[in-house]
Amino acid sequence: MSWFKRQEYKIENEGEKTVRTEGLWIKCDSCDQVIFKADLEANLHVCPKCGHHFRISARTRIDLLLEPGYEIVDTELKSTDPLKFSDLKSYKSRLKKAQKDTGLNDAILNAVGKLGDHEIVLSVMEYAFIGGSMGAVVGETIARAVDRAYESRKPLIIVAASGGARMMEGIVSLMQLAKISAALGRLDDEKIPFISILTDPTTGGVTASFAMLGDLNIAEPNALIGFAGPRVIEQTIRQKLPEGFQRSEFLLEHGFLDAVVNRKEMKSYLSRALDFMKQPSQDKVAG
Amino acid sequence: MTEQAGNLEQVQAVAEATPAAWVKTELARHSQRPYPMDFIESIFTDFSEIHGDRAFGDDAAMACGMARFHGEEVMVIGNLKGRTVKERIERKFGSPDPEGYRKALRAMKIAEKFGRPVFTFIDLAGANPGIGAEERGQAEAIARNLIEMSRLRVPLIATITGEGGSGGALALAVADRVLILENAIYSVISPEGCASIMWRDASKRAQAAEALKVTAQDVKSLGCVDDIVPEPVGGAQANPEEAAQLIDEKLRWHFNEIKALPLEEMLQRRYEKFRNIAQFYTT
Ligand SMILES: [Zn+2]
Repeated sequence: MSWFKRQEYKIENEGEKTVRTEGLWIKCDSCDQVIFKADLEANLHVCPKCGHHFRISARTRIDLLLEPGYEIVDTELKSTDPLKFSDLKSYKSRLKKAQKDTGLNDAILNAVGKLGDHEIVLSVMEYAFIGGSMGAVVGETIARAVDRAYESRKPLIIVAASGGARMMEGIVSLMQLAKISAALGRLDDEKIPFISILTDPTTGGVTASFAMLGDLNIAEPNALIGFAGPRVIEQTIRQKLPEGFQRSEFLLEHGFLDAVVNRKEMKSYLSRALDFMKQPSQDKVAG
Repeated sequence: MTEQAGNLEQVQAVAEATPAAWVKTELARHSQRPYPMDFIESIFTDFSEIHGDRAFGDDAAMACGMARFHGEEVMVIGNLKGRTVKERIERKFGSPDPEGYRKALRAMKIAEKFGRPVFTFIDLAGANPGIGAEERGQAEAIARNLIEMSRLRVPLIATITGEGGSGGALALAVADRVLILENAIYSVISPEGCASIMWRDASKRAQAAEALKVTAQDVKSLGCVDDIVPEPVGGAQANPEEAAQLIDEKLRWHFNEIKALPLEEMLQRRYEKFRNIAQFYTT
């Protein structure tokens, strides 16, 4: 594919549990073929038949990107339900359920560790937690990842998977866009690398803030990426959206992504980019 | 039940059916409410518009221009809504496209280059959703404004005069001071949008407005804006001139405060305000 040779890294996948109760087979959302689950996992949750990239948990993502021995950090924050929000259900009960289902406090995990030879700060969104939506906890946790990168001068990678701002935190969730963007401004001023990875789906306020602000914005194939949700646009313009609209390849074509990279090649792509971004002065420090 | 008690119950039922947040939402959207450009014309002098984003076009929903604020050279930016049906359609009901946000950023960069403060005025339901907006990177345009405004090296004051609709409003409101008019709203999603998603029923918009805490008073108490600008009795539309005067007073007060700060301290304070904003979590 590329005319230059990429350095290959073996990808470890220890964190993923292979024992499942719901059966050994799974139907691909994209090609409808039935796949052996173990095969899917061995293939980094990419359909061996059609290449469809299945959504994966934040933890699985971290296992795919970082070498064993990484450290999960900034896990202590929990939402205080600032609006005391309730619709058909209370936000509190939604939070509780999401916490129980995912084992996380909110839709985000920060980690520090090595990607190949590079010490990095990694922040990964968890789509299974209320659609990866961003409230005060996600906002602060990502901002803390930015702070860590700033203070340690390590490159930052954020993996987005989100429906956008968390409605149940109202204006508080909107302010998180400004919070993270301001933190990234400071990082940028210091020339510390930031790579944004956009996965399926990345929409709304997450796209309209940090996900589009990478030195490089890289997406997995066929991920839904946009500002307004497809249904909102359809309702507004009262016509069907074209095939492939708001998918990774559409954004690449319109100039908003630097690359669309397969999950299998993501790590080597990132490692190569981090080589490029490494500042000569750091090399000197490292001897 | 006596007749009186029955009436009282009816009154209470009506009050419950239209929560304060919805009354304010309707005031914020009042068809006679002065729009950003009305306020700009009353408060500033010598407005000279500048057009275009130098990349795609000139967004009809965004106005930028050089102006004078009590004699001082400033840049003003406001979205345009339009009064007549024709105007409203042309201006997309006030919702800017990516080129609108990019034009605004270009204006801010000119202001930065020549050391002129920037005043923004916001009254929009949101950034324009559409095929073209997505093709031209609405998300990127908004994101770019957020990061660049957070570090723009001149004083920035934003005023939400009507609807502060989500990211499309925030993209003009990362500022040293964010003011909001007494009957304006600021929200992550429209009450209708929230109602149709969370209640699966857009008619629950009043309830949604209440639940979202969209009023100026609510967002102030959540620490998401800096100050509330009082309006004339009955709302800004009742006396636009007085409304403009009240904004002018607040702008002068805040502008003088910011101007008194050394540049680096002003920037540090802006950074810290947004870095520490809306911290609703426990550890
Ligand atoms: Zn498949």
